Amino acid sequence: MKTHDKTSLLIHGGHLIDPAGRIDAPMDILLKEGRVAEIAPPRKIKGADRRFDARGLVVAPGFIDLHVHLREPGQQYKETIATGTIAAAAGGFTSVCTMPNTSPVVDSPDWVTWLRDPARGAVVNVFPIAAATRASKGATLTDFGALQTAGAVAVTDDGKPILDDQVMREALVLGGELNFPVVQHAEDTRMTEHCSMHAGARSFRLGLRGMTAAAEATIVERDVQLAMQVPNARLHVAHVSTADALKALRRGKRTNPRITFEVTPHHFALTEDDMRDYDSNYKMNPPLRSAADREAMLVALADGSASAIATDHAPHAAHEKDMEFERAAFGITGLETALALAITRLHVKARVPLTRIIELFTAGPVRCFDLRGRGTLMRGSYADVTIFDPKKKWTFDASKSLSKSKNTPFDGWQLTGRVLATIVGGTVVYSG
Amino acid sequence: MNAARGSLLGIEVLDAAEIMRILKLARRMNPHRPRPLLKGRRIVLLFYEASTRTRSSFEIAAKALGAHTILIQSSGSSIEKGESLLDTGYTLRAVGADAIVIRHPNAGAPQVMAHHIDVPVINAGDGLHEHPSQALLDAYTILGNKKSFKGLQVAIIGDIFHSRVARSACHLLSKFGVRIILCGPPELVPDVAATLAPGVRVTRHIEDALRGTDVVMLLRVQKERLAGMKIDLPEYIARYQMTPARLKTAKKDAIVMHPGPIIRGLELTSEVADGAQSRILAEVQNGVPTRMAILARSMGKMR
Repeated sequence: MKTHDKTSLLIHGGHLIDPAGRIDAPMDILLKEGRVAEIAPPRKIKGADRRFDARGLVVAPGFIDLHVHLREPGQQYKETIATGTIAAAAGGFTSVCTMPNTSPVVDSPDWVTWLRDPARGAVVNVFPIAAATRASKGATLTDFGALQTAGAVAVTDDGKPILDDQVMREALVLGGELNFPVVQHAEDTRMTEHCSMHAGARSFRLGLRGMTAAAEATIVERDVQLAMQVPNARLHVAHVSTADALKALRRGKRTNPRITFEVTPHHFALTEDDMRDYDSNYKMNPPLRSAADREAMLVALADGSASAIATDHAPHAAHEKDMEFERAAFGITGLETALALAITRLHVKARVPLTRIIELFTAGPVRCFDLRGRGTLMRGSYADVTIFDPKKKWTFDASKSLSKSKNTPFDGWQLTGRVLATIVGGTVVYSG
Repeated sequence: MNAARGSLLGIEVLDAAEIMRILKLARRMNPHRPRPLLKGRRIVLLFYEASTRTRSSFEIAAKALGAHTILIQSSGSSIEKGESLLDTGYTLRAVGADAIVIRHPNAGAPQVMAHHIDVPVINAGDGLHEHPSQALLDAYTILGNKKSFKGLQVAIIGDIFHSRVARSACHLLSKFGVRIILCGPPELVPDVAATLAPGVRVTRHIEDALRGTDVVMLLRVQKERLAGMKIDLPEYIARYQMTPARLKTAKKDAIVMHPGPIIRGLELTSEVADGAQSRILAEVQNGVPTRMAILARSMGKMR
């Protein structure tokens, strides 16, 4: 989104929660020329071109999703930047970071530029994450400096973890020099061949080969070790799903606070036991884990260890999912259900304060990838705002999803908390 | 969509009473005295994996009941051209299949089929998951040799991890209170196997498995499914091969079973395979009446 509204918009009557600005109070907010022009107690701001009545609603900095697959270039039959960002807006996200495992892989500055081109039709901010190695083959590092200059916010070989110790060390060294985060999909793929769910009693019963918790934890342990040795290394671990990986991350963060990680809504909302009848809408990587792992994720989200909730929105066409579980594609959509799942499971059920949940969608992600001027509504910040009703009960209907794909396990779920408006650069891009 | 009535997807979901009903029906079935219960019905045998026993006995069973059978195998059909499981299912339904018997290398494939297609689906073995008709014919065989399941102890020795036969057998026997001992090395018999059903335990020692055992079930090491797993075969033979000497540890009237194919000299010696206690060929024979019962049940002909 390059353009912004020239006129001013006053959001009034709402309850403003801005964890970065330490605000949790009734406040009005004036957006002007793409920025936050003013924040003041109710009824103090006069003279706006347009007004948004936010009475009874929470007004928050625009949400940021660190992990989405929008499938461009090359897989437009699953999703496009246009459709994916409409779904993002419906979920309250004003910024999304796109994964590079497209066709071809986003491993050059040209592709980063192409992704950011307004011609792609994005309705929210798109921040590309580029490949860490050429064609994500795990052998030769990409040109981090050129990718960063082109607008990439991080590098990763998501889906294909960097297994080689030396390559990972080099990535962290170069990333450290450039202040560029290296995102790791932590999975020792040598241990997970032919696997389609979490290894345990349930996978044994179902006759499915299982991915062990160790396949995630060993890579996280190695990466944390490297990130503790390499000066200024910035390691971000994607979609952490096991208690064992969490232990290594907690230890690492004490030495290097620039180690960050995200947790997905499905890893705090579901466990391996939720899959029924070989329904591939429960198949993703990392897989749904044990109840103990899920509890560990809830703790990490509540106590501040986790930096962000990220969706790992992974759209797939019906023909890639309606098949044998073991052959179906990994991944589920998640943009439109993330906030409601967080409120339903973390806030209502696990009593995590709303402020903390908002932090996981705003200030937290900003710290991971240095998205300056976002994740807060302090004066001068970008006019990205998410307005939601934390008490609204609704039922998610996958067939009405705005994503091009409907592969979600949350169809028919009764949820609490609904996005009512998403504002990007001062423009309302979604209103529910 | 729920699976059509009469489907047989697995043993885990059946209760003991239903299992007994099927076994009783099987006892009334005689392959040599055909009963035209399914006269004119079309039964498709959809085999994505090699099979000798299961396929031929389903075919003979269907014919003994007067049904037509159509055999579809992955090679020589549209499956080879890339047709999906469900499209094959819709096609078979459209040509008038009254039931689909499916063997598939992926766990859960029959479930996926059954939830999309409104004809009874019979699982003839799905990946590592279940092989319900085998468990039923094994139960039939056991009851032909023992008074009842009461107080029985069954040892299942070999490659449990890769065995759908073992999983179905554990579910079935457990529902009747049978004590089940799984025996083999940790790679083939992980500790987690004991969580499969009540009354199941794991041991690494064959003598421990055999002591006091009424039924010895042997399983083949499924080399084609090892997926990179390394098994030291000489070591396996030394520790777990069933020999006449080892068999003496079991009860005097113990019977030896094996779902086949047997590999002589590996999981058992020829003396055991051909010995007086062996019921391996009886199992194959019992496959026909058992599968007649399964097919009759699939079309609502339980009497």
